[in-house]
Amino acid sequence: MTIVHDSVPTDLVGSVGLRGPRRDPAPLLPDAEPLRVLGTRAAVTGDPDLALDLYSRLVLGRRFNRQATTLTRQGRLAVYPASTGQEACQVTAAMVLADQDWLFPSYRDTLAVVARGVAPIDALTLMRGHSHCGYDPYEHRIAPLATPLATQAVHAVGLAHAARLRAAADPRASAANVVALALVGDGGTSEGDFHEALNFAAVLRAPVVFLVQNNGYAISVPLAKQTAAPTLAHKAVGYGMPGRLVDGNDALAMHQVLTESVAHARAGRGPVLVEAITYRLEAHTNADDATRYRSAAEVDDWRTRDPLTRLEAHLRAHGQLTDATAERLAAQAEELAAEIRAQFEAAPEPDPRSLFAHVYATPTSQLREQAADLDARLALDAEFAADNSHNFDHTDHADHAAEGAGGQLDRDHDGRGDLR
Amino acid sequence: MSGAAAVTSEPAGTPAGRPVGLPAGEPAATSMTMVKALNLALRDSLRDDPTVHILGEDVGALGGVFRVTDGLAAEFGPDRCLDTPLAEAGILGTAIGMAMYGLRPVVEMQFDAFAYPAFEQLFSHVAKMRNRTGGRMALPITIRVPYGGGVGGVEHHSDSSEAYYAHTPGLHVVTPATVADSYGLLRAAIASDDPVVLCEPKRLYWTTGPLEETAPIGRAVVRRTGTSATLLTYGPSLPICLEAARAAEEEGFDLAVVDLRSLVPFDDETVSAAVRATGRAIVVHEASGFGGIGAEIAARVTERCFHQLAAPVLRVTGYDIPYPPPMLEKHHLPSVDRILDAVARLQWEQ
Ligand SMILES: Cc1ncc(C[n+]2csc(CCOP(=O)(O)OP(=O)(O)O)c2C)c(N)n1
Ligand SMILES: [Mg+2]
Repeated sequence: MTIVHDSVPTDLVGSVGLRGPRRDPAPLLPDAEPLRVLGTRAAVTGDPDLALDLYSRLVLGRRFNRQATTLTRQGRLAVYPASTGQEACQVTAAMVLADQDWLFPSYRDTLAVVARGVAPIDALTLMRGHSHCGYDPYEHRIAPLATPLATQAVHAVGLAHAARLRAAADPRASAANVVALALVGDGGTSEGDFHEALNFAAVLRAPVVFLVQNNGYAISVPLAKQTAAPTLAHKAVGYGMPGRLVDGNDALAMHQVLTESVAHARAGRGPVLVEAITYRLEAHTNADDATRYRSAAEVDDWRTRDPLTRLEAHLRAHGQLTDATAERLAAQAEELAAEIRAQFEAAPEPDPRSLFAHVYATPTSQLREQAADLDARLALDAEFAADNSHNFDHTDHADHAAEGAGGQLDRDHDGRGDLR
Repeated sequence: MSGAAAVTSEPAGTPAGRPVGLPAGEPAATSMTMVKALNLALRDSLRDDPTVHILGEDVGALGGVFRVTDGLAAEFGPDRCLDTPLAEAGILGTAIGMAMYGLRPVVEMQFDAFAYPAFEQLFSHVAKMRNRTGGRMALPITIRVPYGGGVGGVEHHSDSSEAYYAHTPGLHVVTPATVADSYGLLRAAIASDDPVVLCEPKRLYWTTGPLEETAPIGRAVVRRTGTSATLLTYGPSLPICLEAARAAEEEGFDLAVVDLRSLVPFDDETVSAAVRATGRAIVVHEASGFGGIGAEIAARVTERCFHQLAAPVLRVTGYDIPYPPPMLEKHHLPSVDRILDAVARLQWEQ
């Protein structure tokens, strides 16, 4: 069975002629307003356990963001692009995926990675500057955090396509139902790779959900300078996939739209583009000065639409959140923060000898030579450090070495690393 | 699908016991074009390993603009030989995702200069994924790039882009100059657990030769022994170097010619030995000289063979100009005359 032939959609209008399939765009169009559940009847009649579950994840997510930001101030993280204010997007993106599904995160999505089960210390090795990816992508079915914007969206297409190919080859394989969810920012939607990912996904009918967290800015550049499209969700129509617009600060709405989108993809109906309207409450990263491009009034206004407080207000109003539960969740959040701090205390330093380990399956002779060179230098450093520890004579050489090491420490500790 | 399956070291495409580079059922003496040998390598790989998938522009019904994928979609179906939308970053990015899931994609870039849109995917992901993931995620992707000039191509159809690839840690870069190597290197590239860029010299696509056993990736070969000086070359420039060596005989020079075949990994051993044997060396390639492969080789040879050298290592390369229009390309490309002129400059009277 081939799947490429299947890729011609069955819901065609007119014939497949030389000019290609013609489809009615109406069913693909996003709603005029972002889907909202909080404040509607659906929120009241919906599953109260789900609402409380979402709330507890938001509480933990917020605490994670706060702890990571603190770690940057302490110099323990080189950089952290916080998702504070976007937690509803982050936790639902992880929550709606089944075990066999794959997540394709960007640099802002560490929280989603943790929410899918990666230990915080492993999720944060990139930001620590320790190693580029601290978790096993195959164990968690999460691609490494991608920094080159929108590049990961194309990988999601390839993986989802491969899963379908393998399922077609062996219908009993678990691959049959794999969905890939790619996270992209509003700025990332301007990249060519975003366009190519959507186009490939639609043509191949790959089971991919593209979730755009529209947080209003790409570093300093507001959305108005990024696109002239009616909404980012409208971009879906040009590729022949449905676009969905959702209030990204409404956890119930996020959960609903992503659940439906994943089901759509899993059913073999092709990709979906979801635009979640949200807001980045913190600066782009700890190294950014957001006052240069947005007003305090704007940020304050968005604080009134904080996903956490909105869901909390809803739960309290309907008697679904007691003080006791709130205290228990707060205590759990503190436990998480303490655990992260403990993991950082215990975390090993990176081993310089790992530098040459994974460039190729087998190191080239040139890399072996270079590794031997580094080994020799490390041995000398160790010898020198041993000598120095019981010899406080300040020779020129010792001064120079100490300065070098100090300079390195300074760089590590002023938290000036950036993802730009 | 486990990670382990994606990084197996025993490629399914190399049945045990068969020498590298010899297709099954093909008498070794059969002479064929390089295009046919590449086509055969793809066919054998598709047949031997169900995880091999070809994707690219016009690779289906058309068989590729150079016909390297001729007949493969018909034989193996459109899923195994996929006509993609026209977007090189999309093609390579999709191949990355497929490789993540345990497939062995073979990507065709239509021409050298049209691979540039895929450079971000290539440099930031293909080359780095194994390293970024601490060895947990390998990307066994083969990227075929028809490259080089000498075929009368109008602009953007004749670039020599090999140095860009070779400069990027994490990629293997190989370039065949013979029919046998084109089969052997392509099969080895597909079987490799590392990403391999196969730079195919399009001016040699229609040359013919026998299929014979070849070496694995990473080995240069001495195509001609000599005593006067050593020409170090690869891909499209090999035939010119061999011709120059024949012409040099009349002037009393006995030139050795080394075909590098593999730019990364680089075979320092063979190259150094071949240079030490003569004490003089010239690197010949079509690509511009500045910051190119020739500069790297000259430096490596000098570092390793300094005391055996009787003259500086010289380079005969394309000029440092954008690739010229076809009516002028003969002035740009290394020629027998330019090579002989360089030989004459190797400080013979001492
Ligand atoms: C290809 C590429 N160009 C530029 C950058 C530098 N950069 C990092 S984040 C960023 C802004 C991205 O904005 P958006 O996509 O909205 O995501 P957000 O940071 O708001 O989550 C830029 C320009 C990059 N990482 N990759
Ligand atoms: Mg943004």
